[in-house]
Amino acid sequence: MNAQAMNEDARRVLESLPADLGAKDRMAIPVTPMPSQEPGVRCHNMHEVALGYGEDQAVLEATRCLQCRNHPCVAMCPVSIDIPRFVGFVAQRRFREALDVIQESSLLPAICGRVCPQENQCQRNCTVGKARGSVDEAVAIGRIERFVADWARKNGIVPLPPIAPDSGKKVAVVGSGPASIAAAADLRREGHDVYMFEALHRTGGVLVYGIPEFRLPKALVESEIEKLRSMGVHIETNYLVGRTRTIRELMEEDGFDAIFIGTGAGLPRFMGIPGENLVGVFSANEYLTRSNLMKAYDEEGSRTPIYRARRVAVFGGGNVAMDASRTALRLGAENVTIIYRRTREEMPARREEVEHAHEEGVEFMMLSQPVEIVGDENGRVSGVVVRSCELGEPDQSGRRRPVEIEGSDHLVPFDCVIVAIGNSSNPLIKMTTPGIEVNGKGNFIVDEETGETSIKGVYAGGDIVLGAATVILAMGQGRKAAAAMNRYLAAR
Amino acid sequence: MNRIISKRQLSAEVFELEVEAPLIARERRAGQFVVLQLGDDFDERIPLTIADADPDKGTITMIVQAVGESTHRLVRLEEGDSIANLLGPLGSPTDVHRYGKVVVVGGGIGVAPAFPIAQAMKKAGNQVRVIMGARTRDLLIFEERMRGVDADAIVVTDDGSYGRKGLVTEPLDELCRDWKPDCVVAIGPAVMMKFCALTTKKYGIHTLVSLNTIMIDGTGMCGGCRVVVDGRMRFVCVEGPEFDGHLVDWDNLLARQSTFREYEKAHHHKCHIDMMIEEGRA
Repeated sequence: MNAQAMNEDARRVLESLPADLGAKDRMAIPVTPMPSQEPGVRCHNMHEVALGYGEDQAVLEATRCLQCRNHPCVAMCPVSIDIPRFVGFVAQRRFREALDVIQESSLLPAICGRVCPQENQCQRNCTVGKARGSVDEAVAIGRIERFVADWARKNGIVPLPPIAPDSGKKVAVVGSGPASIAAAADLRREGHDVYMFEALHRTGGVLVYGIPEFRLPKALVESEIEKLRSMGVHIETNYLVGRTRTIRELMEEDGFDAIFIGTGAGLPRFMGIPGENLVGVFSANEYLTRSNLMKAYDEEGSRTPIYRARRVAVFGGGNVAMDASRTALRLGAENVTIIYRRTREEMPARREEVEHAHEEGVEFMMLSQPVEIVGDENGRVSGVVVRSCELGEPDQSGRRRPVEIEGSDHLVPFDCVIVAIGNSSNPLIKMTTPGIEVNGKGNFIVDEETGETSIKGVYAGGDIVLGAATVILAMGQGRKAAAAMNRYLAAR
Repeated sequence: MNRIISKRQLSAEVFELEVEAPLIARERRAGQFVVLQLGDDFDERIPLTIADADPDKGTITMIVQAVGESTHRLVRLEEGDSIANLLGPLGSPTDVHRYGKVVVVGGGIGVAPAFPIAQAMKKAGNQVRVIMGARTRDLLIFEERMRGVDADAIVVTDDGSYGRKGLVTEPLDELCRDWKPDCVVAIGPAVMMKFCALTTKKYGIHTLVSLNTIMIDGTGMCGGCRVVVDGRMRFVCVEGPEFDGHLVDWDNLLARQSTFREYEKAHHHKCHIDMMIEEGRA
């Protein structure tokens, strides 16, 4: 069914509702489905898969909210958005007010509405979901949030926060991903002179190089960055802190009073199995960067090559593995297989992403551990040796541990392998900043309350502290650190 | 930003570009490189070594051989034009200290990045001998500059059109045998570096090579530049570009360099025709 018809359905439901809605009436309304491109169509294009609610769908979905007293949704939101209040405004078609409520806490609703794992956060303990017996039945807060953000963009409403008078303090923000965007905005609001340094030619970090266009249109990221520019944040691209200038030089020679480091988890991990350096083996970062940032999917326009393959294996079960496999399909692979050592139940990817991948034709080889990548006489990938597993006792993560079955090795033909098993923290700043303390994984050790590192005036947040996590958690850390930095700078 | 101050043609397909880049010029040390990108998102990012820098003037010098589409387009820029994106300095600087006797080998345009290293090695108190090679006389670059470091620099060409006829490994073998260097630095095509490393291995002489691999961001994020050194996976952009030549898995490196060869061939052909049309030659 097309998006317009779905919205008309929603309008009819709205019109049929009694004027004075009780909790029971609200709870009787089923979840409003999200219109999306048909799987058979979308697997051949890069356009966004989920099309977003129309006005009536958003209002209908918001009407499901009971405005319950304990609002468990707010407690589960990493940036504590006043969810019932903004959802309440949407139910009354007061979208502008809804936007203002969100903007009190979050700068990036268009992005978070799309990529937050709401089922594990705001929607997880939703009273409606609990009453209806499934988290899938919770109020679709993320979809409503996205609607509000898209409505604002469509209507040219770009609310800029007020900026305090010049504080005379200069602050550097290293990196331009979600943690840095959030920190830069909060620091600028206090009147500090904020410089954002980005190594790539384009800002947005993982939002532009990692998450594909079909899940997060790059124009949205660009407009969020544009907001920072309008607020007066200086943005320097092609500037690699650690090489172009070191942290110490920024502090001692260039006159920065404080620095926020949000450089993310940008060092791809590999399996450590034989054959990983064969031609045709890529980190998900490289594969996705070629497609997303360098636009290699546009064969006519782009000058960056991408490896054309017929049979693609993707190692891993997270969101990045889903992104990589769906990208490979869109780039023309005939067969894309996710190889994962546990089962679909244990996959760390969002269920919606797994379902989307499945609908589009990605195959899942579960309970399978790749043990070797095999190459042909030219050193190019020709297959993967896979060992079967079974599930054993739960491990520390609470998920059942995969146990390899001896003697079950079998060779499966592939001509390309994408390794999507996670990232470690980038070592560059650690290497070039004496005195900065990191843990065994290379993540920065910071004061949990303030985000301050072992160097005075230097703060950090996002994946460089958390290890690979989510956009919204990174944003939450950026905001927390910025608040501490604002206090630190005010006291100086 | 990144304005081209001067452009000189050194040989049929090799150009010297001096580019305004004050931050890079100030920080850069011998052995480091930049990643550049000509235009917008649709342009390729390519790594290039820094041959020289003038921190006072705020410029860096790059030697570019027009081999692929991006380098062809780069050398068609003129003085006053700008390079949209230039990131650096990248990689770890060369480990320059007093070894005693050092041989610096440069092949093809590898002579350009070898030059600042030869200079730095000499400045650090080493006796420096230089070997430079090219396919043919017209492709030899930086001879005068290298002679400034070693007046007796040995020149070889594949076809014998200038200097000795042969490969750089022959005089390298002789120097290893007779002059007994303490360290050899070899920069050039991967095949040349591989055979230089094999030559010095016989004599057990410490050998540094500078690897030029496929790379996108140059900051450790993509992992495209990974090489196998001493059985371990290493990233050229962050941990390199220099490694112990005796420990590099050369065959893997050579295979990985060919990852996009088919694409490059097809694309290069198309871009050549486009350029000829633009220039009114086709």
